[in-house]
Amino acid sequence: MGEGDLGLWTVLLAMIGGAIRVSTPFIFVSLGECLTERSGRINLGLEGTLVFGAMSGYAVAYETSSAWAGVLAAALAGTVFGLFHGWVCKLPRVNDIAIGIALMLLGMGLAFFFGKPYIQPVAPDLPAIPLGFWSSSPQVEAALRVNVLFVLGIALAFFIAWLFRSTRIGLVIRVVGDSSDAARAMGISVDRVRLLATAAGGALAGIGGAYLSLYYPGSWNEGISSGQGLMAVALVIFARWNPVNCIWAALLFGAAGALGPALQSIGISKGYYLSYAAPYVLTLILLIATSSTTRAVRCAPGELSITK
Amino acid sequence: MTGTKAIGVETLHMTKRFGDFTALDDVSIKVAPGSFHALLGENGAGKSTLVKCMMGFYQPTSGQMLVDDREAEIRNPREAHASGLGMVYQHFTLVPSLTAAENLVIAREDTPSVIDWKKERERLQAFLETMPFGVALDQPVNRLSAGEKQKLELLKQLYLGRRFLILDEPTSVLTPSEADELLGMVRDLTRAGALTCLMISHKFREVTAFADAVSVLRRGAHVGGGRVSELSHADMAAMMIGDKTLTRSAARSGQRGDVVLSLEGISAADRSGLKTIDVESLRVAAGEVVGIAGVSGNGQMELMEVLTGQRPVSRGSVSVKSVTFRGTRRQARDLKVRFLPEEPLQNACAGRMSVAENLAFRSFDLKDKANMNGKATRTWLDRAAMRRLAVNLVDAFKVKTASIESPIASLSGGNVQRAVLARELSDEVDLLIIANPCFGLDFSAVADIRARIMAARNAGAAVLLISEDLDEILELSDRVLVMSEGRIAYETPIATLDVGELGRHMAGHA
Repeated sequence: MGEGDLGLWTVLLAMIGGAIRVSTPFIFVSLGECLTERSGRINLGLEGTLVFGAMSGYAVAYETSSAWAGVLAAALAGTVFGLFHGWVCKLPRVNDIAIGIALMLLGMGLAFFFGKPYIQPVAPDLPAIPLGFWSSSPQVEAALRVNVLFVLGIALAFFIAWLFRSTRIGLVIRVVGDSSDAARAMGISVDRVRLLATAAGGALAGIGGAYLSLYYPGSWNEGISSGQGLMAVALVIFARWNPVNCIWAALLFGAAGALGPALQSIGISKGYYLSYAAPYVLTLILLIATSSTTRAVRCAPGELSITK
Repeated sequence: MTGTKAIGVETLHMTKRFGDFTALDDVSIKVAPGSFHALLGENGAGKSTLVKCMMGFYQPTSGQMLVDDREAEIRNPREAHASGLGMVYQHFTLVPSLTAAENLVIAREDTPSVIDWKKERERLQAFLETMPFGVALDQPVNRLSAGEKQKLELLKQLYLGRRFLILDEPTSVLTPSEADELLGMVRDLTRAGALTCLMISHKFREVTAFADAVSVLRRGAHVGGGRVSELSHADMAAMMIGDKTLTRSAARSGQRGDVVLSLEGISAADRSGLKTIDVESLRVAAGEVVGIAGVSGNGQMELMEVLTGQRPVSRGSVSVKSVTFRGTRRQARDLKVRFLPEEPLQNACAGRMSVAENLAFRSFDLKDKANMNGKATRTWLDRAAMRRLAVNLVDAFKVKTASIESPIASLSGGNVQRAVLARELSDEVDLLIIANPCFGLDFSAVADIRARIMAARNAGAAVLLISEDLDEILELSDRVLVMSEGRIAYETPIATLDVGELGRHMAGHA
């Protein structure tokens, strides 16, 4: 095995490991966004929810010494943000996109304000499953340490897909997202369904944030999110509003995000900032490649304000 | 399910006021069980207010309702449904991305929280076997044709156990043969005693062919009715319109001139991107109206977009007076091409800008207002001239608006249509391209707009009329083309036109 080979293998392994590690918050946030958007509303505030979730999860985990209590707290905080978004959007003449941006800034601001005392202390980490136990290579072992939340996220994606297909709640969400007139004719309260869908979406984004501060990178600071909450919106479009596709999209983005650190680990530091920008470049390329000048986005929920 | 027997409904002295406005004035109508009853009236005559009161969307100011001869108070649509009353709306209430089966199951009051699709499918199949017609259960609704959607709406109501159905212009989006098929099914169900039907309609032909009885509303009042077999079209029209005189389309005059618009070997992708629109050759000459008939979604809108330059073509060319036409504003001005797209508020207006500004869109940047062909443009707007133009056009085209400074979106549909037509016809026109100009407008607005189109033709304009309303095509066109599956499937001069033949080509199985 030559030196070049080893470098390539290291990069690939690091990218697989990175994909698994980095994609988890993407999975959660994009599933949350998917749920919200399928109900016909778009929540751009998930970035703020994510950061606040990261802070509150870390703080509660530190205070209670339980990482899972932290995850729960983050989910609760996310629910509150989602409920607030849903409630404000119920008012007449309110635009969901503008409210989302306001909430994004509010969430980040609040998180930085309350999070100041928690930058130094060390909170417990979330447990991981060592799927690489069979290998003697430390790199393989490191790459295959899979966090419980990753597994939960994948299960959740399949659960949400099943929810949309075979439950009344799922069908109601799809009806509301596709045609609010039809929903009203059926006597479904459109605003309430959207409120709850946004709240659930917020909870998932909060969990995504808790993963950031409690597992990878695993500490709380103000630069903890690198726009995962915003990129989830692009990711959901790329996944064509399909929860199971969200997994693949998240893994792809995760792998792209891991490219920078992976290259660095084998000593390639030239174009450091460029390789770190890979996920953003990928976002742009995907959106351009899947766009069309002559037709609206396919599979998009009919009531979504960006596709109307 | 509520039962399998048709129920009768009767309104007694029903009145509905909105503030000072009386929408419904002492209306008493009896719909006997198992009958097919038609409700006629112009737009704004109170038909929809009446059925909304029956369905519990509105509470009548006074008067009452009898369901199966028992007094019934219906406070909301849910109570109407519980009494076995249902309504099929003009616009589809099916959810487009859900399959037919999903639509039926979710519409039920008692949808289980976890749906066992195997069991539900068996139940649906069993239900469909008792019906005179079926639909594909696994197709998403947005892939069904308009006729299939309307059938599914009807099936949905029957599936939900409704035995008194209100149909709100159920055939407005169907081909003549689809309409006949659907209404025939409804009639068979009423004859069998399984259903009572109250149909809102504008089409006398359908009323005489299918309905048993008719009631006519005018300005909120019940002005007449009776057994259909005892009434002629003229009687019904007289009751509907009252003493109003209508603008008749001016007689045809003038000679057919040179070819103005010509399309050669056009090919473009359709909206789904899966099929193509292919028009081998289409020519429109000065002084003629060429009507393009067809069921919605057969490529007419894509053709319109090709003509306006909104849709790229992969092959072929559009030329106006032998010049290749690219749909730019400059070219439209130089070649005197004018457009009236469908839904003009969305497609030809800036809704929040004023009526005056919207009317000036064609000319606001020209130095010489009187001469649209002047090339010189201006930097500073002449608002006084824009106002003068607007006052003149509003007056000439009878646009009803509170003020020329009102936002155009505040006008009613007919007046938006008139305003856009005023703008597009305000100067010399050599080519007029129109899509569905009268969709959703009332009787008198329709007559007025058609007369304007006819006048433009008689003045020597070439007119291309794309319409889903066959009556409109037949009234205005000199030559009729049928578009089906993205192609021109049939062409005939109006003199030798056979409606049956036309319908077969529209339905795509000629």
